[in-house]
Amino acid sequence: MNGNEERRKVIKAGGGIGLLGLLAAAGLLPAGEALAQQQWNSGAFGARNLADAVKALGGTPPAENKAIQITAPDIAENGLVVPVSVTSNIPKTESIAILVEKNPNLLSAVFEIPNGTDPFVSTRVKLAESTDVYALVKADGKYYFLKKEIKVTLGGCGG
Amino acid sequence: MTDPMRIRAVAKDGKVDVRVLMSHEMETGQRKDAKGVLVPAWYIQTVTATYAGRTVLSAQWGPSVSKNPFLNFRFSGGKPGEKVGITWTDNRGEKRTDETAITAG
Repeated sequence: MNGNEERRKVIKAGGGIGLLGLLAAAGLLPAGEALAQQQWNSGAFGARNLADAVKALGGTPPAENKAIQITAPDIAENGLVVPVSVTSNIPKTESIAILVEKNPNLLSAVFEIPNGTDPFVSTRVKLAESTDVYALVKADGKYYFLKKEIKVTLGGCGG
Repeated sequence: MTDPMRIRAVAKDGKVDVRVLMSHEMETGQRKDAKGVLVPAWYIQTVTATYAGRTVLSAQWGPSVSKNPFLNFRFSGGKPGEKVGITWTDNRGEKRTDETAITAG
């Protein structure tokens, strides 16, 4: 009984270190905060252009890479709910981010992909107007992107 | 209180496909109400998915993720009957965790 409890604790602790280590490695956590809870990257989410967002995520300027796949409609009737899926076929994909060029703040979401999880995410985002949507992939420490234009008939900001 | 998430985790071909529907306003902070007063931002900032004590996906979100967010991802391993848990925290410090049992595909 006791041994079992102990084992669970160890497993729990191991899992925690894994996540934080991953975040720290991804540059999403400032070094001093690496042991704190998962930290929201206010710098990256406040960025108003792609270069700033990438910089805040800890990356060098990304290169376009066709091994990334963005699945999203060409024309979105409702900018409030636009389905966007990203698949990365780049080996050692560590994270996938979705950025919307013409939104007030570009960065929509960053997903950390641990080993054993497919380099694929699907979610729904708001688009303020017709815009390029970027998928930014971090793989083996380097950044890559692919963009896709989505036309919006009804914007997702304002009311 | 916040409403529970709807989570579906289906095991198929050695992988588990997880689909989550969260209940959250995801207010951008850019919108004005009928009186012209800015509605303060209120949105989910972090999401963590766990299976067997390890993290299988973690995410940081901004306010431009759609209202009542949808999330789909896949991870290897996982058998029917085992649990997958999802936790989110929002910018007001509110936190919610829900879990579901993996079903056979």
